[in-house]
Amino acid sequence: MVSATAQMKIKKRSNLKRAIFPYLYLLPAFIVMSVITFYPLIYQVILSFTNFETKHLMLGMASPDLENVGIQNYKDIVTGGLPVQNFEFFRVLVYNIWWAVSNVAVHVPAGVFIAVLLNVKGLWFKRIYRAIYILPVVIPPIVVATVWRNIFDEQYGAMNQFLTMLATLFGDGDPVRIRWLFEYSPPISWLLPTGALPLAYYAMMIANFWLGWPFMTLVATGALQSIPGDLYEAAAIDGASNSQQFWRITVPLLRPAMVPAAIYGFTLSFNLFNFVYFMTGGGPARSTEILVTFAYDLVRNLRLYGVAAAFAVIVFFVALVVFLITNRMTRATESYSEI
Amino acid sequence: MTSTSITPKKKNIFVRFFTMNTSGEASGRELPLWRQILLQVLTLIIVAQVMFPIMYVVTLSFSSESRRPSSLEIFPKEISLVAYKQVLDRPTANPVTFMELLRNSFTLSVGVGIVALVVAVTAAYAFSRFKFKMRQVLMILVFIPLLMPAIGLATPLFLLMNSFRVFDCGDGIIAIQPFLSCASTGKLLFNMRDSLLGVGIAMISGALPFAVWNLKGYLDTIPEELEEAAAIDGAGPNQVFFRIVLPLAAPQLAVTFFLGFIGHWQEFALPWLFLTKPQSYTLAMTLYNMTGQYANAIPWNRFAAMAIIVAAPVAVIYIALQKQIVSGLTLGGVKG
Repeated sequence: MVSATAQMKIKKRSNLKRAIFPYLYLLPAFIVMSVITFYPLIYQVILSFTNFETKHLMLGMASPDLENVGIQNYKDIVTGGLPVQNFEFFRVLVYNIWWAVSNVAVHVPAGVFIAVLLNVKGLWFKRIYRAIYILPVVIPPIVVATVWRNIFDEQYGAMNQFLTMLATLFGDGDPVRIRWLFEYSPPISWLLPTGALPLAYYAMMIANFWLGWPFMTLVATGALQSIPGDLYEAAAIDGASNSQQFWRITVPLLRPAMVPAAIYGFTLSFNLFNFVYFMTGGGPARSTEILVTFAYDLVRNLRLYGVAAAFAVIVFFVALVVFLITNRMTRATESYSEI
Repeated sequence: MTSTSITPKKKNIFVRFFTMNTSGEASGRELPLWRQILLQVLTLIIVAQVMFPIMYVVTLSFSSESRRPSSLEIFPKEISLVAYKQVLDRPTANPVTFMELLRNSFTLSVGVGIVALVVAVTAAYAFSRFKFKMRQVLMILVFIPLLMPAIGLATPLFLLMNSFRVFDCGDGIIAIQPFLSCASTGKLLFNMRDSLLGVGIAMISGALPFAVWNLKGYLDTIPEELEEAAAIDGAGPNQVFFRIVLPLAAPQLAVTFFLGFIGHWQEFALPWLFLTKPQSYTLAMTLYNMTGQYANAIPWNRFAAMAIIVAAPVAVIYIALQKQIVSGLTLGGVKG
């Protein structure tokens, strides 16, 4: 990519050196990656066709009773043949997609709404509000998840205490004891084709809402600033109402910034390991399990290494499909914004 | 290959968020008072929503009450540092001091960050500046791991690290598996999997592609004139890289390092999977130990103090590097 003249100069000097130079510079990264990325990737595929378990840890692949089980692990995962309770692959997959979609569907409108609110001309204390609204972005998600976990504690949690206070205001003195993270019977009995959503899902939505919308507000505020004010003035002169201005000017011009942000949010929520693991660990009864937390459970607690490898291969292909779809959507908005 | 469309030019989104001028002096319309009040109520409700968990945990951490809270407090009644003192003294029931936890967290975060950076920078430069055979293929190879969820390689890395073990076979003979084994069962001296070194190596596997991508994205934006000029003046490619490119990229190297640091500081999955000895636990693992099923004996004021201590370095880095980090995050963070 160096411009033609410079390239000519260097070429004359040493053609061979020039030719191997980029490869020399790639060498360190590729040596490291072949040991800790490519080799493990291949090892993972090999593992996924075996029944590797705890008893094979001592001798590894050389264990005499390590069997090649073919695609049995994959079959077991998809058809529910694993020795694991409460696990159905497609229920977890559908829940995982729903979890990511529903989070983004809440965060993006809320983020845009608050950005627009903060953008109102003449609003007092804007800077203070902006400084406060950005706080959730700077706090590590693992800390947020543990704090919210305690907030949703059945006996001592702030949420039940808050609801008790409200109840007392309305004359009912009984302490509220909602088992936010452990109640198994769902509050609404439908919603997903593969089963209802547990109460813990709603608790996690509340906690993740706190974590999620400020980032969207950040992106939306940046995009709002780049909308020229003349557009609104012209629209106002032509008699457009505020809501017309919002839907006809603000929303279309925010779209090129918000679609990639929403896709980023989707990918993030789809693989939100730390948050889910710290809040519920996938419980109760694996009802809030997402793919990555189950993959982790397979290797960390169940110690079915062969199955875990097969599951990771499946997760990789799911992630690939998600990437191909979202990449297409991003491309689509790119061309939209260029028009 | 990757979605670079998230406003790559808008570097100062964070700064603009704070400073953008929307105070409305352009058009003379003032906000009517009733609307102002309505909007103030709305914004204050949002402030309450944001501040609620923060004030809750701050209040808890300043409380000297070691029993769990029986009623909701979101404003500190007292400023007691007892909980902080106890956490610094002995965070959990495990026989490990706070300083050891801090040292482990720092060793992992800084070590992984630096190694990933050093290995990544030349590769990023090669991808950014040169055309060569197989460039596309090699780039896809490097970036494929970015598609995977962070724990996608946990199983093979766990097993591979677990196969590096050092045994004392007695009689002064030491065997290093998988190359040598003791004739009879020896005494386990060292298990790579159960060490910070093993975890660190496994974490680099995730950190390296991210660093290459992040640095390549930045190098792409540096104009090439300086390098061309240096080449015409007779500088060899190595000189161009070390004398021109590296100094120019220094700020971005720092940003990539700190972005990595923020991520590794919170890294939980791999250490929690690999490490079994409490002496090698990290702060993130300890925080997890202080909630939920393992935490029946931990007073909540201590948990709150710990939460604030774990959050502090990340918050400080964010605030110090606001503008660079947000662009880096939007450009670089597809990974969970």
